[in-house]
Amino acid sequence: MNATNVGYLVHLAFIVGAALFVVGLHLMNSPATARTGNRVSATGMIIAVAAEIAFVAEGQVGIGNWLIIAGGLLVGGGLGLRMARTVAMTQMPQLVSLFNAVGGGAAALLAISDFIALDGLRVLAGGAPGLDGWRSLFILADVIVGSVTFTGSLIASAKLMGLIRGRPILIPFGRIVSWFVVVCGLSVSIVLILAGMGIVTYDVNVLYLLLAVALTCALVFGMLMVLPIGGADMPVVISLLNAFTGTAVSMAGFVVGNVMLIVAGALVGASGAILTRLMATAMNRSIGNILVGGFGAAEGTQAAFTSEDGSVREVSVDDAAIQLAYASKVIIVPGYGLAVAQAQHGVRELADLLEARGIEVSYAIHPVAGRMPGHMNVLLAEANVPYPQLREMEEINPEFERTDVALVVGANDVTNPAARADRSSPIFGMPILDVDKARSIIVMKRSMGRGYAGIDNPLYLNPKTGMYFADAKKGLQQLVAAVKAL
Amino acid sequence: MNVGTLLDSLTVFVLAILLGFEVISKVPATLHTPLMSGTNSIHGIVLVGAIGLAATADSPLTAALAFVAMAFAGANVVGGYWVTDRMLEMFKRRPTPTADKVAK
Repeated sequence: MNATNVGYLVHLAFIVGAALFVVGLHLMNSPATARTGNRVSATGMIIAVAAEIAFVAEGQVGIGNWLIIAGGLLVGGGLGLRMARTVAMTQMPQLVSLFNAVGGGAAALLAISDFIALDGLRVLAGGAPGLDGWRSLFILADVIVGSVTFTGSLIASAKLMGLIRGRPILIPFGRIVSWFVVVCGLSVSIVLILAGMGIVTYDVNVLYLLLAVALTCALVFGMLMVLPIGGADMPVVISLLNAFTGTAVSMAGFVVGNVMLIVAGALVGASGAILTRLMATAMNRSIGNILVGGFGAAEGTQAAFTSEDGSVREVSVDDAAIQLAYASKVIIVPGYGLAVAQAQHGVRELADLLEARGIEVSYAIHPVAGRMPGHMNVLLAEANVPYPQLREMEEINPEFERTDVALVVGANDVTNPAARADRSSPIFGMPILDVDKARSIIVMKRSMGRGYAGIDNPLYLNPKTGMYFADAKKGLQQLVAAVKAL
Repeated sequence: MNVGTLLDSLTVFVLAILLGFEVISKVPATLHTPLMSGTNSIHGIVLVGAIGLAATADSPLTAALAFVAMAFAGANVVGGYWVTDRMLEMFKRRPTPTADKVAK
């Protein structure tokens, strides 16, 4: 078979791969077919990679180059597999963020290599200026978006792992530094694009220096972008960075002239953009507002609880058990605290016990429960909770009025009535679960500490609310034992 | 890059973006995390570009860049698909203890 035929076949294989990606994503619309969808998408990936290997094998590839391919794949694939197998479901957001970082990094490296192969874009100069301008534009766009994603995702991941403080980090003159980096990076990029078009000419060393400046600006900007963003906004940021990686990969596709990269990258870019918008809407915040940052930075202005505001009523484990056992409708509101305490199985056990007593039990899932969109659903699925029992916010909110007991486990900000009533609250306007409308409320919590947004929750002062101070896991075990004993 | 290739590529790019919007906007909130993780593995397609790069690397510098790109993209693909599958395996309508055994 000659090289041209192989080229056609490879291109056909890419079309099949891209189609499988789309079909796979489509199957992910429903929990029943989602797993198949992911496997369809993985098949597309295997076909595309196999086709590319067949394509390069047709040319003259040295043994050293094969070693790079095999070695890189083994090292990276091995590490990726190890992380994927061992990661706890609570740590999912950090892992997704880490994969964003390496994906964006790889895309940026492709463009940097192309820059080197084109001898600092000088090879382009002298051709048709319009087209070379496009090529230079894609290279620079790839380097910049890929690098911003790389450092931004690493910082996001480090914040979620607790390596860096989760609260917004305000850098002195951060805004000014950010603007400087943006202006500097963009102007250098424009100069490089002009150089690629042959409009301006520089020595090759100058061109490399300019690329280094653009690269540094992008890497620094990625850090500056994510550092000031508070932990509560992380889901939105991860989603946004996912869209960035997709865009970078698409740009890389233009650079290396591979339609597969363009299609797959564009799909991810579009889906990431949609998810980001959905998330931001769920929190009633604009994406711009989140990126400007400073959420929770106004902590000091929020008055702390004083004794005049009312007092907190504590309930014992037995009282809580009796309330639950003699209810007819119970809604469980799980939050991140539940996941941190690894109490998903405990909550499921309690729900089973209550259901055995003929009580109607459902779970109210806030769109931002957990640390990324839909995170809580994954955590409860891990504890074998059937997904039809997991109810979304809009669907379950009208039911709180008819609910005897709302059991809040490790959730805070998403139940805060201040979001509905208190205009001065930093979370005012964020849609919340209307837990305070239930006939009685039991809040299981370790202490009176604040949630991620760093603000107080008036729900705890509500006369209908009983506070059950305990670690979610131990508290649930005791509650299960107490219900059994009734 | 010639004009035809550029225009073809741009067409494909725009259509793929529209397709992405269309396919994703129907996904329920329950599946947002697996979906994000799933699209995350799809951008591992950059591996295809990395293979092309590794095959043509001809200096220590480009070889090193290609190796890192291969490792990054490899981790993205393998880890991404594996962890998405792990997550989706857990989504069950009526979990039964025997279901796992039957499936295997």
